[in-house]
Amino acid sequence: MKKPRLVVVGNGMAGARTLEELLKLVPDMYDITVFGAEPHPNYNRILLSPVLAGEQAFDDIVLNSLAWYAEHGIRLHLGKEVSRIDRVRRRVIAADGTEAEYDRLLIATGSLPIVLPVPGKDLKGVIGYRDIHDTQAMIDTAKVKRHAVVIGGGLLGLEAANGLKQRGMEVTVVHLAGWLLERQLDPVAGQLLEKSLTERGLKFRLNTATQELIGNEQGEVTAVRFSDGSEEPADLVVMAVGIRPNIQLAQASGIHCARGIVVNDSLQTFDPRVYAVGECVSHRGIAYGLVAPLFEQAKVCANHLANYGIGIYSGSVSSTKLKVTGIDLFSAGNFMGGDGSEEIVLSDPAGGVYKKLVIKDDRLIGACLYGDTNDGGWYFKLLKDGSRIDDRRDQLMFGEKALGDSGTAGQNRASAMTDRDEVCGCNGVCKGTIVKAINEQGLFTVDEVKKQTKAASSCGSCTGLVEQILMNCLGSNFQETPKTKAVCACTDHSHGDVRKAIREHRLYTHAAAYAFLEWRTPNGCATCRPAINYYLLSTWPREAVDDPQSRFINERAHANIQKDGTFSVIPQMKGGVTNAGELRRIADVADKYAVPMLKVTGGQRIDLLGIKKEDLVDVWKDLGMNSGHAYGKSIRTVKTCVGSEFCRFGTQNSTQMGIDLETMLANMWSPHKVKLAVSGCPRNCAESGIKDVGIIAVDSGWEIHIGGNGGIKTEVARFLVKVKTSDEVREYTGAFLQLYREEAYYLDRTVHYIARVGMDYIVQRVVEDAANRKALFERLLYALEGLPDPWAARIAGARPREFQPLRIPATLVDAEA
Amino acid sequence: MESTASWLRVCRLDDIPVLGARVLEMAGADNIALFRTAGDRVFAMVDRCPHKGGPLSQGIVAGDSVTCPLHGWNIALASGEACAPDVGCARKFPVRIDGDEVWLSLDATARSEA
Ligand code: SRM
Ligand SMILES: Cc1cc2nc3c(=O)[nH]c(=O)nc-3n(C[C@H](O)[C@H](O)[C@H](O)COP(=O)(O)OP(=O)(O)OC[C@H]3O[C@@H](n4cnc5c(N)ncnc54)[C@H](O)[C@@H]3O)c2cc1C
Ligand code: SF4
Ligand code: FES
Repeated sequence: MKKPRLVVVGNGMAGARTLEELLKLVPDMYDITVFGAEPHPNYNRILLSPVLAGEQAFDDIVLNSLAWYAEHGIRLHLGKEVSRIDRVRRRVIAADGTEAEYDRLLIATGSLPIVLPVPGKDLKGVIGYRDIHDTQAMIDTAKVKRHAVVIGGGLLGLEAANGLKQRGMEVTVVHLAGWLLERQLDPVAGQLLEKSLTERGLKFRLNTATQELIGNEQGEVTAVRFSDGSEEPADLVVMAVGIRPNIQLAQASGIHCARGIVVNDSLQTFDPRVYAVGECVSHRGIAYGLVAPLFEQAKVCANHLANYGIGIYSGSVSSTKLKVTGIDLFSAGNFMGGDGSEEIVLSDPAGGVYKKLVIKDDRLIGACLYGDTNDGGWYFKLLKDGSRIDDRRDQLMFGEKALGDSGTAGQNRASAMTDRDEVCGCNGVCKGTIVKAINEQGLFTVDEVKKQTKAASSCGSCTGLVEQILMNCLGSNFQETPKTKAVCACTDHSHGDVRKAIREHRLYTHAAAYAFLEWRTPNGCATCRPAINYYLLSTWPREAVDDPQSRFINERAHANIQKDGTFSVIPQMKGGVTNAGELRRIADVADKYAVPMLKVTGGQRIDLLGIKKEDLVDVWKDLGMNSGHAYGKSIRTVKTCVGSEFCRFGTQNSTQMGIDLETMLANMWSPHKVKLAVSGCPRNCAESGIKDVGIIAVDSGWEIHIGGNGGIKTEVARFLVKVKTSDEVREYTGAFLQLYREEAYYLDRTVHYIARVGMDYIVQRVVEDAANRKALFERLLYALEGLPDPWAARIAGARPREFQPLRIPATLVDAEA
Repeated sequence: MESTASWLRVCRLDDIPVLGARVLEMAGADNIALFRTAGDRVFAMVDRCPHKGGPLSQGIVAGDSVTCPLHGWNIALASGEACAPDVGCARKFPVRIDGDEVWLSLDATARSEA
């Protein structure tokens, strides 16, 4: 059967996006032809401003390469403007005579810059700011000419002015209104913006109308004359006074138009075979001028073109941002207020920060931020969702962070978002999509996320959020400058590279690793040495030799250093269980060494704080207990609850299970600390839900949860598997922890590791693949077998000089000093 | 400890671990940290970080500097100066190595010969 033919007029952002959406739904439904008046494939028009400012090149902003069209079998007519639509015979005719017949037609002709009807408007050097051609003209002019006048102090005008200034021109912005961006900002914020742009060397003439453009004999513009009679020299005049929907073609072919081409909620025009999207459209009386709404239109339109017929476009609320590097402003909704609304204002003009929130009927209806726009996305969400804010009104101004308790509820905005919350407004990308891409495709950088998900690839205002999400997924593996995901400044290699090299090239020592990986420093630094030490030991448990000098003092001295240089001693109390003998010895030690504080820890242990380093070995000897490992990137505590032996609700012996696990894992080193808990029933008194491995007993067995974290950022553990016997608990727990030990990067807690590799992967390796589970578990037991308790080893005399100071007699010091 | 003129013999080289440190306890005065680099050079400075007094002797020694265990300042062993962006200086003392003996001068103004 012959495919129906779809013809698209206008190869810009909305048209091409509709095709992308359509191909996602029905890759083969149509025979597609596209006409584009510009001689380029579809590019990101938004990013013309960075191109003008010299921050990006044209190649960087191409969205659909020629190969993309070819790949999807799309017939592309570039540089061909459609001049006529013959709706009777259902064909379009381009200016050069090229024709194409359609069964369905999509019009996406965008809009045109408004040209002021002043004398001289047709002079050479007078241009609009709409496409790459205009942009190139500005770049070329800036190379040879000096004076530019930009008419219009809106978003486009200011971005043009900034770019021309960056290119070395002297720029004056003429603006009719009394303050800049009057449609995006209130007067106060507008003045702040004017101040910072003036500091960058732009000149402004506000409240000024343009009367005439003056030219020379060659027909080139030379000056602009204003209504007050004054003049400003100009070799280049950029008209940025607004846009009007490009409806000429539609109108001429008899399609009903108002300000734009009139469409219904399925983006259909009055001719049912003809659809329209983008800036050329008028939907419910509104013609949009930003991409986010257009992309929403594209989605709905594609749905109808695919004959699914379920999408409804009901209009958009939009927010704006100026893309001038170093200037942060944000506005959304009705930020001018008035009409029964109230305002909350924070104004710090000296600090360059201004925030105004407009509230009506207990809902946020508008926001205008200048200088600090971090919470813009959050306000925008409150505004779009129409959430009630009466319960947090007093905190609203301080942003989302202020709502949590000391930040624990969410260290940053990204972590507080649900998977369905939108991150990138321009491209409609939700958090879940980004997280999935990061995990499944192993993305590390914002650039990679941009490529794979399109998030942050348009206006870029969500780049910070994307960074936060990366950070949450990658944990300490994420670096602010994402391209250098190197371990530290000593090398360009990543943690992954280093692990791999150590394994594949059988590197057993620090020296071998630094030599093989061509480290820049002779013996690393305080950041990489502990990491390398861990990788060596975890990869070659018997072959590699531990290097105490590459360990942080806590691990070197098996105790936590305190602010005054003394140490704390936390003896092992498996499962939090102790006895009278141990308590007596602890009490005796406390007396004998005048321990300043005895404290019950958050991990169900007893802490002796303020011990002098030279006393440590004696304290351990007198205690006669094992190390509690409260100081290491190692197994920490296994907390337990009372369990079935005593508790009226207990279903299993959780206390014994905890003791058994702590016995099994004693002396285990790991990428970061590892904490476990075992609860006897779902009441979960041991708080298993926020542990690296949390075990919850139920009547029929044990549930194992992994990847919880109760620290800096609370994370709830995720269900891994339910098992019947305590042997299985040991095996699954051990296998998961060995996987973590072998694959996680140094300083990643289990939650970060799981976020990187994905929960599905863990389930596959530990639950579904029984042989692999057993192998992992065996490797763990092999690594742990025969490891000495560190305190016992010190008592037996190992490395005494770590703990003994050298001394000089007082008399000598007095005599010499 | 023996002393000749203002020099004190404080320990043998091997008493200080390579890429490590020892504390020299000074009755009645600030302790002194003795550091040994990979190339067997020895440096001495007062065992107090210029930031908040952390015991530098407990830090990790790498290259020619030590990282304070409390908040991670890096201190150059040769000068006692904190590395940029941090600012501060730990008082340092001249050290001399004679065979396998480490000698220290408590005269902080004398030039080190090590
Ligand atoms: C002693 C103890 C506090 C207390 O008095 O109760 C403690 C003390 C320290 N904790 Fe903790 N944590 C203690 C329980 C916890 C808990 C609760 C628990 O284990 O159930 C948590 C949250 C649970 C978790 O880790 O998921 C906790 C989360 C942290 C964190 C944040 C870890 C994270 O991944 O977000 C740090 C910082 C770090 O490790 O980088 C930390 C770091 C520290 C250090 C080691 C800070 C340092 O590097 O010097 C503290 C040493 C103080 C000192 O001078 O000795 N401590 N710390 C607790 C010892 C438990 C034990 O018996 O072993
Ligand atoms: C410099 C600049 C900066 C911007 N910054 C932002 C921003 O930060 N955020 C934001 O949301 N929006 C921004 N915008 C607006 C955004 O680019 C537009 O909303 C978007 O490009 C509109 O998409 P469209 O497909 O409707 O129109 P266009 O992208 O303009 O595409 C229309 C295409 O149709 C072609 N065409 C027209 N008539 C015909 C014909 N008869 N035959 C064949 N082809 C035809 C045109 O040549 C054009 O290529 C900016 C725009 C500019 C110019
Ligand atoms: S919460 Fe932990 S790290 Fe913070 S002060 Fe208390 S013991 Fe120290
Ligand atoms: S005391 Fe040394 S870094 Fe703070």
